[in-house]
Amino acid sequence: MRRMILICLLWMITNLATAALPDQFAQRLAKGSLTEKQQLINEMIKENDASIQPLFTALVEGNLYWLDTNSTLAIKQDNQFINWSNKQVIDLPKNQFKRITINNNIRQLVAQYQLQIKLSSNTIPTRRNAAKALFGHIQSPSQINIIVERLALEQDSEVKQRLLEALAFAKLENCQQNECLVLLTQLSNVTNPIFVQKLQQMTSIEGSQIVKEKAQSLLDKLTQKKAMYEKTEQVYFGISLGAVLVLAAIGLAITFGVMGVINMAHGELIMIGAYTTYVMQQLLPNYPGIALILSVPAAFLVCGAVGMLIEISVIRYLYGRPLETLLATFGISLLLQQLFRTLFSPLNKAIITPSWMQGSIQVNDFLSLTINRLYVIGFSLTIFIVLLLIMKKTSLGLNVRAISMNPLMARCLGVKASWVNALTFGLGSGIAGLAGVALSQITNVGPNLGQNYIIDSFMVVVFGGVGNLWGTLIAGLTLGLANKFLEPITGAMLAKIMVLISLVLFIQKRPRGLFPQRGRAVEG
Amino acid sequence: MLTKYFNQDNGRYVLFCLTLLVIYLVMANLFFPTNSLFYVGNQTIILVSKYLCYALLALSVDLVWGYLGILSLGHGAFFALGGYMMGMYLSVQGENGSTTLPEFASFINWQNLPWYWMGADNFLSTLLLVMLIPGLVAFIFGYMTFRSRVSGVYLSIITQALTFALMLAFQRNEMGFGGDNGLTNFKYLLGFSITSNGMRVMLLLITLIVVVISYLICYQLIKSKLGKVIIAIRDAEARVRFVGYRVENVKLAVFTFSAVLAGIAGALYVPQVGIITPIEFLPLNSIEIVVWVAVGGRATLYGAIVGAFLVNYCKSLFTVWFPDEWLFALGLLFVLVTLFLPKGIVGLLKLTHSKKPQLKPQEASL
Amino acid sequence: MSITSKINTTIKLTFLAAGLFTANLIYAAENTIKIGVLHSLSGSMAISESTLKDTLLMLVEEQNKKGGVLGKQIEAVVVDPASNWSLFAEKSRDLLAKDKVSAVFGCWTSVSRKSVLPIFEELNGILFYPVQYEGEESSKNIFYTGAAPNQQAIPAVDYLQKEFNIERWVLVGTDYVYPRTTNKILETYLKDHYGVKDSDIMINYTPFSHSDWQSIIADIKKFGLAGKKTAVISTINGDANVPFYKELSNQGISADQLPVIAFSVGEEELSGIDTAPLVGHLASWNYFQSIDNDLNSEFINNWHAFTKSDKRVTNDPMEATYIGFNMWVKAVEKAGTDDTTAVQNALIGVTVPNLTGSYAVMMPNHHITKPIMIGEIQDDGQFEVVYKSAGTIVGDEWSDYLPGSKSMIADWRTPLVCGKYDVSKKVCLKD
Repeated sequence: MRRMILICLLWMITNLATAALPDQFAQRLAKGSLTEKQQLINEMIKENDASIQPLFTALVEGNLYWLDTNSTLAIKQDNQFINWSNKQVIDLPKNQFKRITINNNIRQLVAQYQLQIKLSSNTIPTRRNAAKALFGHIQSPSQINIIVERLALEQDSEVKQRLLEALAFAKLENCQQNECLVLLTQLSNVTNPIFVQKLQQMTSIEGSQIVKEKAQSLLDKLTQKKAMYEKTEQVYFGISLGAVLVLAAIGLAITFGVMGVINMAHGELIMIGAYTTYVMQQLLPNYPGIALILSVPAAFLVCGAVGMLIEISVIRYLYGRPLETLLATFGISLLLQQLFRTLFSPLNKAIITPSWMQGSIQVNDFLSLTINRLYVIGFSLTIFIVLLLIMKKTSLGLNVRAISMNPLMARCLGVKASWVNALTFGLGSGIAGLAGVALSQITNVGPNLGQNYIIDSFMVVVFGGVGNLWGTLIAGLTLGLANKFLEPITGAMLAKIMVLISLVLFIQKRPRGLFPQRGRAVEG
Repeated sequence: MLTKYFNQDNGRYVLFCLTLLVIYLVMANLFFPTNSLFYVGNQTIILVSKYLCYALLALSVDLVWGYLGILSLGHGAFFALGGYMMGMYLSVQGENGSTTLPEFASFINWQNLPWYWMGADNFLSTLLLVMLIPGLVAFIFGYMTFRSRVSGVYLSIITQALTFALMLAFQRNEMGFGGDNGLTNFKYLLGFSITSNGMRVMLLLITLIVVVISYLICYQLIKSKLGKVIIAIRDAEARVRFVGYRVENVKLAVFTFSAVLAGIAGALYVPQVGIITPIEFLPLNSIEIVVWVAVGGRATLYGAIVGAFLVNYCKSLFTVWFPDEWLFALGLLFVLVTLFLPKGIVGLLKLTHSKKPQLKPQEASL
Repeated sequence: MSITSKINTTIKLTFLAAGLFTANLIYAAENTIKIGVLHSLSGSMAISESTLKDTLLMLVEEQNKKGGVLGKQIEAVVVDPASNWSLFAEKSRDLLAKDKVSAVFGCWTSVSRKSVLPIFEELNGILFYPVQYEGEESSKNIFYTGAAPNQQAIPAVDYLQKEFNIERWVLVGTDYVYPRTTNKILETYLKDHYGVKDSDIMINYTPFSHSDWQSIIADIKKFGLAGKKTAVISTINGDANVPFYKELSNQGISADQLPVIAFSVGEEELSGIDTAPLVGHLASWNYFQSIDNDLNSEFINNWHAFTKSDKRVTNDPMEATYIGFNMWVKAVEKAGTDDTTAVQNALIGVTVPNLTGSYAVMMPNHHITKPIMIGEIQDDGQFEVVYKSAGTIVGDEWSDYLPGSKSMIADWRTPLVCGKYDVSKKVCLKD
């Protein structure tokens, strides 16, 4: 209790003292060189004043501005500028304010400081994260002192544990034999890569044999664990690349696989889907997340409509001449590319990733799963299942399969072939559009988007077996995994070449892909 | 006599026009002063030579696609391989027939040439390699593919995979073919300056002669008994097999021959354009070749020549006339030709020039 | 059809074709001076190059308002080489031989420059090349207004080393000649100057338009976050950058942990990315739009007016184009004619202001002087300059850090007139 009062008192004193602080510093902060700013911030951090916390936050986030006419600092909040010293809104045009610039060194400085502050936060998760992030970043004795002080106050056992580990690691730098062994035992559950690096260093330099052995045994354990998680990570990368390939190819599995149209404009339909996302985000500038969700149906409708238009105006006249469809759709792909280049300029468009799709889930120190990829995997599987249901359970699916097997007979039995064909092509195109929405989250949105995926898409469909949706799924995932397992060994370039060559060889072995179509329709 | 000569085949008529054009260009280039109204500049000579190379390439595609029914989306690869062979020769040519290191050698610290550049210093061995390497690649590829009866779209897609893989491979610097920058800065051919007027005219004439000879060989091939088998394979492969022909051997022979033609086209192309880069392997280029054939008219041989000339001429003009919108025109051309001229441009010519029944290009099974 | 009529048609057709091929009969009016614009407007390079075409059209328009050059109006001949290298060769020949332009502004990729180089040398043209490149070249007919490696890559490394005490380096690039050469130069430089060990350098190459960076970034993360201060030097080209940065931010790598410095990412590339997660990553250039001076604001205003959009950004190759164009204008005025040889000679030594407050001088090696700047990405897609060299630096065409070119120089003045002069042996290896 006594300590609490003391802290409160201290806080009040510093608060009083620093009420004027920014005014002294402000000029230098705004006008000084980056090195000067760095020194200044160091000084400010030494003051350890809680009241200027918001200033630091604003500075790091790029929201701290300088108003030269009044010589005041202002913080930008919701498009308003608020005077730092009197907290009043300043109603002046935007261009009068100049942002206070910082560099990475300053950012790092402030981030370290903020970590310390977060250690005394009221919420446990914040404290846990801060304690974890401290590992390997404690250098100065003063920092050690702060941690020791904090440890005495800390209630949460996990935070305590983390802090102890961070301290132990900091002490590892200069320790004697027995002390080292104790420290290493304390650290035996740590998996941080910085620790791994340190262990490697310890085993390779001159020193006590016992310590070395201890370090080596820890290192072996860690390396083993690391290898296992690295495999898991590779599988995840492979699946997520596979999911992208499946997404890009699955529309083609309908238009090319089922209908037999060699649709060279497939890539451009993906591109249109991606542009739809862009347009939706432009229409709803403040809600990028909602815009993204809305662009799923929008892209499906837009691309479906474009696809049907293509079918009705061109492809309809070319059934039974599959190679001609290649030429005509190649022409259409050129037209669409140029159309979008003219409409939207040749430059790439920025798509905003909503916050719920950013970042990654940290499973442990060796494994983290990126969230946007998780969404893509989920999206891809959903589309696959829905499509499978459409083809297997609906009357449209039945008609489509009938027409692809025997168009004449299907027509005789009353299937409206022309309408079904248009719908099917629309469906395939719409799904290409959905792929575009997903791809806009991981790659460029520009007129060339489709070109980058068209060859891969054809490979996937052919590898899986034309006319088989399961084949497309398996093929996409296989190619993704193969790529990702080869990449660390051979490099990205050779991996791609090797995958292509194995594909060529595979087709020699199984000329109709993984899941060949059976029956008489095949020889047609 | 001329009538008889022409009536045999529209192709000879096309070739005759082409020869007249080339002779005119050569005359105008050599015998008129540069300020004369009739003078034809070097750029036109080079342009026509380039089109002739494309024509040869289109011819080779027409042979396998139009007659054999194999849609190769990777013929650009054979063209580029032939081009690389010639490019290797040209890049080591120094003054007076001496050999030097290629320009890119300094980038990867080469002191001398590795083994696979063997033969690049000799013109005769280069001529051989120009035909051998594309032929060999086509043979190995075809041997595996036709034996395992890969056909239709599967074949088309793996030819595309082949050229794509080759493009990536040649883009790698370690491959030792100049990486993405390719081979360039050629100076001498057989000791003569490659930029001299005489050399340009010579190359044009040689290209023309090669195109004419290749056309005649292809024509004779199609008219021969083997030609009948080739067309039969296109129209009903299974039946031909049942009759007792070794379909895969025929396919392999024609495919390899066609690749050799493409390789020669590439070798003629490189000294005139002055550069060979991995971009020639781009799958898109191979599709474009197919488009030339389709625009000209499939399974006519001369249609391929007409198509190559026409499309590339349009491209040359459009990129200058409407640099911003020319893709619209080109795209539209492809769509309209496939929709309204299923037999290509020469389909129109046929109506006006000949009442003789023609080979009916039937729908090949894909 | 009778034989005579058939032959008649033949001859008619032939002459028609011949006439089409000799379309150069129509001469343009003599009171203009023509320049060629050779930038891809379609295909994969259109994204970068089409902007430079617009820049040139704007510069021409302005110059014509000021009265053109030598009292004549300037006419820009625009063609589209469609990102196809052999088409670049064809178009450049057309421009020089048919349109008789007095200078050409164009090319972006090294390979496109390599493909037109023999043609410019054969027909003695002038090409202004506005993009940073790997060096190892100097042609009598090419004027390089972009940066050589010593004007971009090496200062970037020096900056990182000085500012952040970097111990480990990741060199990541697209697999083609520019990144390969730049990385080779940097590797030698790092080892020689900072004593960096092999185990502290990681090099990685990817294909063009590489879009799946997951495992590479995971590797970089493992390499970089293992205790030693690490920086990434990126020579990733074109559209592979967006997926690279997206993956970077998704895997949670922030600039203060692992700064990335890029040589091919400018304002225009950033306009296609949501830059909020990238704040703090760096780029090394010779120009940034955020530079505050009168000439630059005038240039930006003109650009906004010309494109009728104030969202369009300016970038380094645009400045290089601006410098090149002004140098050409000045050289033509100096020579009093647009004759190629005269202009070539007049160009050496020509000095024009650049947009960053200093002057660009055309040196005898056909490279120019440039200030070096390092900028940090901001959340509005602009760069904040964090370092600016004290003066300007001359472009070094033959790198001092490659064994094969250490002793080479280029000097196009008499008496040397040589693009590759071996100083130690005193011979000209290429003229």
